[in-house]
Amino acid sequence: MHLAVLFTVFILSSAVGYRIIRQVPPLLHTPLMSGMNAISGVTVLGALAATAAALTTGSRVLGAAAIVLAMVNVVGGFAVTDRMLKMFHSNR
Amino acid sequence: MDVLVEISLAVAILLGIRLMGAPETAVRGNRLAASSLLVAILLVLWRNTILTLPMVLASLAVGSVLGLVLAFRVTMLQMPQMVALLNGLGGAASMLTAFVAVAGRDEAINLASHVTGGLAVAVGGMTLSGSLVAAGKLHRLLPQKPIHLRGNRLITSTLLFLLFLLILLGSRYAGPEMTLWLLLVAACALAFGTLFTLPVGGADMPITISLLNSMSGVAASICGFVVDDALLVAAGAIVGAAGLILTRVMCAAMNRSLLQVLMGATVASANASGSATPSSNQSSPQEDHPGPIERGKPVTFDPVESLLEARSVIIVPGYGMALGEAETQVRDLYDVLERRGKDVKFAIHPVAGRMPGHMTVLLADVDIPYDRLVQLETVNPEFPRTDVVLIVGACDVVNPAAITAKGTPIYGMPILHAHEAKRVIICNADTQPGYSGIENPLYKRDNVVLLLGNAASTLEKLINELTLRISAQNGLQDG
Repeated sequence: MHLAVLFTVFILSSAVGYRIIRQVPPLLHTPLMSGMNAISGVTVLGALAATAAALTTGSRVLGAAAIVLAMVNVVGGFAVTDRMLKMFHSNR
Repeated sequence: MDVLVEISLAVAILLGIRLMGAPETAVRGNRLAASSLLVAILLVLWRNTILTLPMVLASLAVGSVLGLVLAFRVTMLQMPQMVALLNGLGGAASMLTAFVAVAGRDEAINLASHVTGGLAVAVGGMTLSGSLVAAGKLHRLLPQKPIHLRGNRLITSTLLFLLFLLILLGSRYAGPEMTLWLLLVAACALAFGTLFTLPVGGADMPITISLLNSMSGVAASICGFVVDDALLVAAGAIVGAAGLILTRVMCAAMNRSLLQVLMGATVASANASGSATPSSNQSSPQEDHPGPIERGKPVTFDPVESLLEARSVIIVPGYGMALGEAETQVRDLYDVLERRGKDVKFAIHPVAGRMPGHMTVLLADVDIPYDRLVQLETVNPEFPRTDVVLIVGACDVVNPAAITAKGTPIYGMPILHAHEAKRVIICNADTQPGYSGIENPLYKRDNVVLLLGNAASTLEKLINELTLRISAQNGLQDG
């Protein structure tokens, strides 16, 4: 993809994300953060692609390590956020 | 086609985050974001036809299992270090991914991918080491106090400059030379992240964690540039923005600018010129006094009686409550008061605890309804009308010196106006100043009673007395 396209995507998502996330009340800041944390594990997409394209065994092993770490990030992040959010309840 | 799918996945993630903005829909929002990511992962697997690669599948499985185990074993008190650790892993994954994508390439790749590859390794590396140091501090594997090395700021500035230079020069290299170059970038970034986080003390963690959270997103986003994946760029950017917002909220709540934080001007270093001795936290379980003790301050009112008479009560929890593991007692007290028909609220300061919103999850964990938790701006006008304020393990966030003592590091920090209430009961471990190192004049006021010692046992005594007197009153009424 063209660099300019990616850059536009970057700017747009930052701006839209900023607007949406600003509306999250402080009450939910911890789950918001751990949820965002999970999303930052999207890097697993890159890890998968890079591992698939890797030429040497060495870089394939590194790629596999990246996949493991990113998956801990993604799954751990979403699961713990789910656990936290389920604790929130209003007055009876 | 692919672009359309990626855009719709990015929109689904954004929608999920939007749903996470209200407690009623937040669970659904989180699950929507999670499923979008799952679809994205499957898509990449299918697109690269690596479904058959056993190593890839095994890595996915191992990571998922480890993540689940972590997520279900962590306690709410440990949430900050959990988030820091996961942040670090995300940063590490971005660093490795960029490394794999760029290193050892024989064909001359273009300048842009050189720069983005170097940047992704750099930001990912900083996130990794910074987060691990933060997690180590939070988990008490490293000292909580700020660690000041001589010339730290000089070294970090030099490292940053070096990184900048390295990334710019990167386009000259190819093949094995480039691998070496990337390793050098990684080493500098790891050193920078470590040195950047070492001087941060306990109460500064909310800011640092938010910043690292933002960086892990930025690292992922740059990775997206490296591997040419628009969804990765988008999702990373969203996380970067989220972290930035939280960082700014935390900075505002501690009365510091983002620039000051980035420059490494922690509260403690601002204090270095002052004479005060910062104690790392408001209340520590180690200093377990036998029970409520008064220290050089006459009792001006009976705390139990005042709670019985009060119509409105505001409870101010601080990190001391978490350290003293007094959440259950706080909930019991809440139940007793609530059953007596009193209006009980919790006043939540944005930086109470070790990460944004930490108090909220600790209280939600013991079943306090979230509509009883009131944020700073909303609760402050209510203090003058409040009969009793009960402070549990909080010091700086209720320190009136923030309004009156010009020139102190705490001056100007938004606080909970507990001092405006008719009566204040303080259940702290001691009368030591909080993290800011500034003494709390509240302790000496006439309408304040200090119940020093471990918050859990102090509260337990208070609850026992309360229930005794309530049953005595009921007995009188019956007879």
